[in-house]
Amino acid sequence: MSGTRTLAITPGRVTALKGLAMLLVAILALILPLIAPDPATTGMAVFTVMYVGLASAWNIMGGYTGYISLGHAAFFGFGAYSFGLMINHLNMAPGYLPFVLVPVAGLLTAALAVGIGWVALRTRAATFVIVTIAFMFMLQLLGENLVKLTGGGAGLALPYSHDWGGDFFNIPYYYAMLALAVLTIGVSWWIRRSKFGLGLLAIRDDEDKALAVGVPTRSFKLTAFVISAVLVGMIGAVYAYYVTYLYPQFAFDPLIGISMVLMAFLGGLGTVSGPVIGALLLEPAQMEFAYRFGASRLYLVFYAAVFLIVILLLPRGIVPSVADLVHSWRRRRQAGPTAGGSRNAPVSAGEEPPATAQQRLASP
Amino acid sequence: MSLLEVKDLSKRFGGVVAVDSCSLSVPAGSITGLIGPNGSGKTTIFNLVTGFIAPDGGEVHFKTRSIAGLGPDRIYALGIGRTFQLARIFPRLTALENMLVPVRRAGLRALLSQGQWGHEKERAMEMLAFMDISQVAGTLGGALSYGQRKLLELAAVMMAGPELVLLDEPAGGVNPALLERIAERIRQLNQQGTTFLLVEHNMGFVMNLCHEVVVVHQGRAIAKGNPREVRENPAVLDAYLGT
Repeated sequence: MSGTRTLAITPGRVTALKGLAMLLVAILALILPLIAPDPATTGMAVFTVMYVGLASAWNIMGGYTGYISLGHAAFFGFGAYSFGLMINHLNMAPGYLPFVLVPVAGLLTAALAVGIGWVALRTRAATFVIVTIAFMFMLQLLGENLVKLTGGGAGLALPYSHDWGGDFFNIPYYYAMLALAVLTIGVSWWIRRSKFGLGLLAIRDDEDKALAVGVPTRSFKLTAFVISAVLVGMIGAVYAYYVTYLYPQFAFDPLIGISMVLMAFLGGLGTVSGPVIGALLLEPAQMEFAYRFGASRLYLVFYAAVFLIVILLLPRGIVPSVADLVHSWRRRRQAGPTAGGSRNAPVSAGEEPPATAQQRLASP
Repeated sequence: MSLLEVKDLSKRFGGVVAVDSCSLSVPAGSITGLIGPNGSGKTTIFNLVTGFIAPDGGEVHFKTRSIAGLGPDRIYALGIGRTFQLARIFPRLTALENMLVPVRRAGLRALLSQGQWGHEKERAMEMLAFMDISQVAGTLGGALSYGQRKLLELAAVMMAGPELVLLDEPAGGVNPALLERIAERIRQLNQQGTTFLLVEHNMGFVMNLCHEVVVVHQGRAIAKGNPREVRENPAVLDAYLGT
């Protein structure tokens, strides 16, 4: 699932295996509340599926174009507050109906993302990272200081349904988060295989060269940025409805922005399945850690440790590393025990040999 | 008739005049060489023509259109392709994907479509075969040798069917056998209708391949003509040997 490259080279059996695994995960996700209906599990599931969506949405910008945004929490918090303010000002009765406000919150986030993207995408690399962080803190400050609108530090209360008690409470939110995660993965998959997605990957590799071969880099980057932000904003809206109480420092939490990045890195930047796997591994582990060691922010140490391990041992993430292992294993089996491993026939005598997989790993 | 017409083009970087009211023309159907000592402004002229930097003054006409000030992607879409010094390709895309990036697709639906790549892939494979590198179609660009990258870059830039291709040192850093192959492919593509403007330091390569040569010195075109005329022009000898 890491893209056409893998699909083209791997034989049908590996593809079938991947399809089967995906089907199993999908079925498990669908029936999870039936197998484990206790609120502790479904509550954890809501947040895990939320991060599956967040990491996949972030990856559409950060993974495909290589523009690392550490400020995506801005869109998460903005979507959350948009939803909260709308439901309160419209005096909507809690229940299923308010979920129709989720796409509206997405549209509002799109408008914000066009503005932020317009400015931030004039910069590249490290400058872009810093500009996105700056915007995130600007929104957090606005949330704290526009007291009449947001309630400031006292928080913003949202209505919740008293009909959804006990074991059932988490279920509607779980399926709403799941629907958004599936939508995000679908969008990500579609983009990865489209001409648009190829343009984004070209920008990641060499932006000026992409421009030279006709990729309209500015509009491509902005489009990817907005798509990514809209999905994050909608997930933020469902989060707001779920937690029923919004505080600026938790809705615009830099850690939310960093978590989605870390999950995408762990699973494999720029692959469709990587962020999903990263989120499925990291979020339950983090919640378990927080549960065992109390509500302190000690789990940050755990995050830092994971990040160091990923950077040192799996710089490209789980999915590309595993794909490489499968490739080399297959090549060894095909070529027999004597083959040393060059997969490329040399073009002509007198040229230097092609770089090995090892060198490929070294270049990020 | 000239395909590309550059008139009084100027560009300065701070106090340095890189291109100084330079005028030159590239006849349609030709292979034109752009030569001159290091720092004479050749690559800057390339960057000005392809929209990577904006000129301070002067005009650039492609066919009947003024293109000065347009962005690189627009200029590419009009039919001017370019390669870079030291061969730039996309290292984390396969050679085949490298070939598909430049393919032009108009409209949103075409951009989001994926199923119609059949004939484009076929054309890309034909072009890779033409360059004798079809065996590396599935290899990542970063794993290719320098020579393969040179061939891939040239192959990829041809994918959108440009009328004019600017080559920045096509012979730089490649061995003599590959050099001959690159010259041969340029000649063949030229016979099929593509016009070339190339910057090159290898005089043998230029004199063999080019129909016309323009000599640039200190940002100005100081001589032009067929290779023999240029070689015997005293101003050119002066520029190269120093006064």
